[in-house]
Amino acid sequence: MGTTASQLRKDLLSEYQELTFLTKQEIILAHKRFSELLSKEDRNIPTPRVPMEKVLSLPELKSNPFRKRICHVFSTSDMKDGSLTFEDFLDLLSAFSDSATLEIKSHYAFRIFDFDDDGTLDGGDLEKLVNCLTGETDDTRLTTEEMRQLISNILEESDIDKDGTVNLSEFQHVISRSPDFVSSFKIVL
Amino acid sequence: KPEVLSPEELEKLKEEVDERKKLISTLRGKPWPMRKKLLTLRESHEFVEKYEGALGKGKSRKLYAYKVMMLKKWMKFQRDFENFKTACVPWEMKIKEIESHFGSSVASYFIFLRWMYGINMILFGLTFGLVMVPEALMGRPYGSMPRKTVPRADEANAMDFAVLWDFGGYAQYSVLFYGYYNSQRAIGWLKFRMPLSYFLVGVGTVAYSYMVVIRTMARNANEDGGGDNNSFNFSWKMFTSWDYLIGNPETADNKFASITTSFKEAILEEQESRKDDNIHLTRFLRVLANFLVLCCLAGSGYLIYFVVRRSQKFALEGLESHSWWERNEVNMVMSLLGMFCPMLFDVISALENYHPRIALQWQLGRIFALFLGNLYTFIIALMDEINLKVNLEEVLKLNMTIWEASLYNGTLGANSTAPPITVHPADIPRGPCWETMVGQEFVRLIVSDTMTTYITLLIGDFLRAVLVRFLNYCWCWDLEAGFPSYSEFDVSGNVLGLIFNQGMIWMGAFYAPCLPALNVLRLHVSMYLQCWAVMCCNVPQERVFKASGSNNFYMAMLLVILFLSTLPAIYTIVTIPPSFDCGPFSGKSRMFDVIQETLESDFPAWFGKVFSYASNPGLVLPFLLLMVLAIYYLQSTSKSYKQANLELKKKLQTVSRTINKVLTLIQYLLYSLCGTLSENLICTKLCDHTSPLPLSLSKKIEKRRVGNTEHIKERATIKFPLLPPAPRPRGATESLGPYQVTSGNQHPVFRGSQTPRDTEYDCCHRCGNGKHFIDRHRPP
Repeated sequence: MGTTASQLRKDLLSEYQELTFLTKQEIILAHKRFSELLSKEDRNIPTPRVPMEKVLSLPELKSNPFRKRICHVFSTSDMKDGSLTFEDFLDLLSAFSDSATLEIKSHYAFRIFDFDDDGTLDGGDLEKLVNCLTGETDDTRLTTEEMRQLISNILEESDIDKDGTVNLSEFQHVISRSPDFVSSFKIVL
Repeated sequence: KPEVLSPEELEKLKEEVDERKKLISTLRGKPWPMRKKLLTLRESHEFVEKYEGALGKGKSRKLYAYKVMMLKKWMKFQRDFENFKTACVPWEMKIKEIESHFGSSVASYFIFLRWMYGINMILFGLTFGLVMVPEALMGRPYGSMPRKTVPRADEANAMDFAVLWDFGGYAQYSVLFYGYYNSQRAIGWLKFRMPLSYFLVGVGTVAYSYMVVIRTMARNANEDGGGDNNSFNFSWKMFTSWDYLIGNPETADNKFASITTSFKEAILEEQESRKDDNIHLTRFLRVLANFLVLCCLAGSGYLIYFVVRRSQKFALEGLESHSWWERNEVNMVMSLLGMFCPMLFDVISALENYHPRIALQWQLGRIFALFLGNLYTFIIALMDEINLKVNLEEVLKLNMTIWEASLYNGTLGANSTAPPITVHPADIPRGPCWETMVGQEFVRLIVSDTMTTYITLLIGDFLRAVLVRFLNYCWCWDLEAGFPSYSEFDVSGNVLGLIFNQGMIWMGAFYAPCLPALNVLRLHVSMYLQCWAVMCCNVPQERVFKASGSNNFYMAMLLVILFLSTLPAIYTIVTIPPSFDCGPFSGKSRMFDVIQETLESDFPAWFGKVFSYASNPGLVLPFLLLMVLAIYYLQSTSKSYKQANLELKKKLQTVSRTINKVLTLIQYLLYSLCGTLSENLICTKLCDHTSPLPLSLSKKIEKRRVGNTEHIKERATIKFPLLPPAPRPRGATESLGPYQVTSGNQHPVFRGSQTPRDTEYDCCHRCGNGKHFIDRHRPP
């Protein structure tokens, strides 16, 4: 608890304050929660990484259907395994914080929903998205016909240039008109 | 770096430094990973620090450096202040817990409650600090004047709990109510202008409330992103329906179920056209339902009026001869109506068969009308009482002169002046003091309303939960899943109750300065009680309906209530003369005369003249007219902006369609011009790449190679790679300019670019993979 390695340096703290939408207390709390996730050996290496399974055990993420995508989007690991460093974790909290702007939230929401990471939301992405939202059990899923109808309705609404996919600017256009997005796209430790 | 720079270089350097500073301030809004942001930040900081010093030259350098340092300190102070403000916000952990269990719609009620608490704290500060404390500390003490003393007749039971609970006795003759205040113009060694302060605080509370509500509405409206007529129902359901604050698996399951239901419902609605059969029956039922609701409202209004008149009759006969119920009839009836009528409306709305969201809006509208009707009936009945008391005053004034004369009776001759006889203030007869009566009525109403709410909470939620939980073991059917089950938290009902309570505070605060203090206490207790009740006895809602823009909906209601509550208070201030022997305005013909008095005596003469010019109708009317014209102008410009917006959107669609076409054209040209080179490139690309060429493109290449339709038919047997279905461009069947769509296939073909080449397609000989093709034969 008292070793310097497990505490944030003051200059780093002020830099993080400038670069994220979090307050000082929130950053310190994030550091504390992050350190709890680290295993004993990892605590002393300079930039420790927390494996994805441990991140997913956080109560704030446990019930979220997009938890794996969130980890993948914010992870800077070369192995694409969804592991997070403390800075990735801060990026995550900053994008999901109360004071984050609509642009940043919609940017990251787009990346989270883009299941195949190709830069657009096509039919496959939308289908996976709907399946995530309707839960795991079979009786809550939609039938194929309903799915097809739903996806075509969505594309009709959001696809302005009619190329069959929703790109970032179309997505941001739709999201900016939504009154609920900013208040529901929030995670607070 | 040379010390002396030419002016242009200086200018450029300054620009660069400014740009870097701007970059630093916008860094947090960039979607970069933290490493990149950190590096950019450190680099920019270095750059700015290195060159900022060089910018200030000569004598002004020290000043410049000083300015820069002050700016840095100011930014740090601002950041610390923001941190401090966030830490000061109370109940953050409680609300976060509720958010994670129930989602953001239930939590929005508590956030609203906390916001109200903040407003009431400010109102409390104003009334307590500027009205109650000065009078208590610097005014005449209790017992020195008739208005400050309990009358001799009531002294015996002035300390009884029953009397105090009713806000009579000692509670009535204290700083809590209007009647206690003395009308002396300046009190104490500070020469504090008590009547002026009372009047200004009354006006100030209303003005502050208006300002806060309108500012919040404006902020919410900005966040809404400007009302576009386009509603992206399905897209919003898809992208924004998940509540990321949910941390509880049970709530998450509920949310999944609710999302699925809403998807299925929306799809169904979209598919089936409104069935027109039974439209007459539906319409008839809806008219019937509205008629029943109107009857309910009229009935409740009449009931309240009747009860208030009855209580006036009781008051005339003396309150002691009646039972507790009869004494508190008005408050109990109003609270009970507020509790049972919404349930009745709920039952009636089952007749109407609306979509749940529309049914919710109707329900809210009806409850709003009910509360409003009740409140205004109450006020009208109160007005009758006030008029009665005002008339009584005249009679009493006459009686007083007779009583005074009787005091001197027998000790004086007709014309001699005698030393004034000291009479104890408790014995002097006093006027009816309608203002204190009004204040008391409001305070009693608030107290009984609060009690009813808490008791309903305890019985309706807590007792029900306890019964369901423990009787379930020995009951025939599953109580938890079936009939009573646990109650859901009624967000809209609670918010409406909160809004109306605030309305009553605004109405009565002028006549009972203790009301904001009472409300602060009430909200404090409510917060803890309701947080506990929600976590302990409620279950998350099954169907979650966030009325879109509901934030501003409740704010708009609050604004309407604010306006409607201040109307009666303003009316009474302007038209009814204040009581002659109680309150800070006693002796004046109208309450606002205090302003005139202050202008005359406390301000220099020219100020009064300026003020009288400014309040001249000849000046005020043109000003009002100007404001009306400005509103009209702003509205018409906003309409034209909306129109321009729509036009731009249509243009965007056409432009992006054109761009799409141009891009495909360029792709085609590229492949046709680059010949084999591109093929080889394609081949290598395909060998390594997992996703093959889009179907449309490969077909185009084929057509170009083959040259006429016969070959296409011949080649149709070739197995094309299994591709994901290519997104068919909508409107591909429209005529597309340089493209010509041949009938029977969707893909555009170039006319006139068919080369008579004969080739054969086969599997790629490079990797033996059947997935793509390369031409083997070259023409001689």
